[in-house]
Amino acid sequence: MLQRIYDWIDDRIDVTPLWRDVADHEVPEHVNPGYHFSAFVYCFGGLTFFTVVIQILSGMFLTMYYVPDIVNAHASVEYLQTDVAFGMIVRGMHHWGASVVIVMVFLHTLRVFFTGSYKKPREINWVVGVLLFFIILGLGFTGYLLPWDMKAYFATQVGLEIAESVPVVGDLISNLLAGGEFIGAQTLTRFFAIHVFFLPGALLGLIAIHFIMIRKQGISGPL
Amino acid sequence: MEKNHNVSRRQFLTYALLGTGGFMAAGLIMPMVRFGVDPILQADAEGDMIDVAGVDELTDIPQAFDMEYEQDHGWHVETVQETVWIYLNGDEIVALSPICTHLGCTVNWGTDPDNPEQFFCPCHFGRFERDGTNVPGTPPTEPLHRYDHEVRDGRVLLGNPSPQV
Ligand code: FES
Repeated sequence: MLQRIYDWIDDRIDVTPLWRDVADHEVPEHVNPGYHFSAFVYCFGGLTFFTVVIQILSGMFLTMYYVPDIVNAHASVEYLQTDVAFGMIVRGMHHWGASVVIVMVFLHTLRVFFTGSYKKPREINWVVGVLLFFIILGLGFTGYLLPWDMKAYFATQVGLEIAESVPVVGDLISNLLAGGEFIGAQTLTRFFAIHVFFLPGALLGLIAIHFIMIRKQGISGPL
Repeated sequence: MEKNHNVSRRQFLTYALLGTGGFMAAGLIMPMVRFGVDPILQADAEGDMIDVAGVDELTDIPQAFDMEYEQDHGWHVETVQETVWIYLNGDEIVALSPICTHLGCTVNWGTDPDNPEQFFCPCHFGRFERDGTNVPGTPPTEPLHRYDHEVRDGRVLLGNPSPQV
């Protein structure tokens, strides 16, 4: 049955070469943990991507209940966490996953650094990777405010003070981020928009570039 | 080399990987889907009976009464106002929902000059008899819903509206 559906589609739009190109290519021996156990360090990039996918999925589901409004934000988080079935798990995935992504990015960066994989011709990919790292930190920072509890408020306060400490343009940056002089309703909606639209958009675009480059250039050779 | 493997090594590995991968994916997706569909699986809140009017206020002619109750939106509780048409049919109290069974507009009593003894829906000229039966040849396809009621200490208390058919 499935085979026939697949054949029917494949007959018409010829999908086999497409997915073979994406999924069916060989990986060099030196990055395969099956041959050398220490090669597991080459899994960190994939694990980062995997956790990012979990973040995106769980985040999409959380927005079904979350309201970015100062009156209801905290109540809606409390509701989805305690009253909705599996709420604790789905929010837990997003909450803990946020830390896991950052840890994974960090490990991935260390591996790239210590295997010298950033060297010519892969310098551009390193730069894209650093941008991805900043975007992920930005996602962490903007997501922190959304539950609208005390920890969220003061963490954002601290973040904005840090932004303010930038010479000359510090005040501007902080006002732009907060949507005004203080942390309030406008800050929350802004952080929400940045967290669910602007940064994920940039993240997906950069990830695509990151992946296309690794396919073009291949994985760097053994040490 | 051994022969006649029913499942080749490669096939076994494929199944094992697909199985494990599928199990992990299901473990991830299942809670999220259950989370997302929660509203349709939540039991309907059984509302309390609501005090709407005094028995002595009722007449033979349907009158609109206000009905106020709390609606739980999960993280927000709202006070909802609804109207309900109540009249006496002999001794029997009849409480009809004003929601037109065509597409949900609000009906009124006697506002159609040609049919002063009927409920009238202005949206598509739907009409209902005094007992809520829909007039054939007008858009509504079923009678107005009727509220469960209870009389306590001379007050009329209403429960949930349910279809008359
Ligand atoms: S909604 Fe009442 S007649 Fe159509």
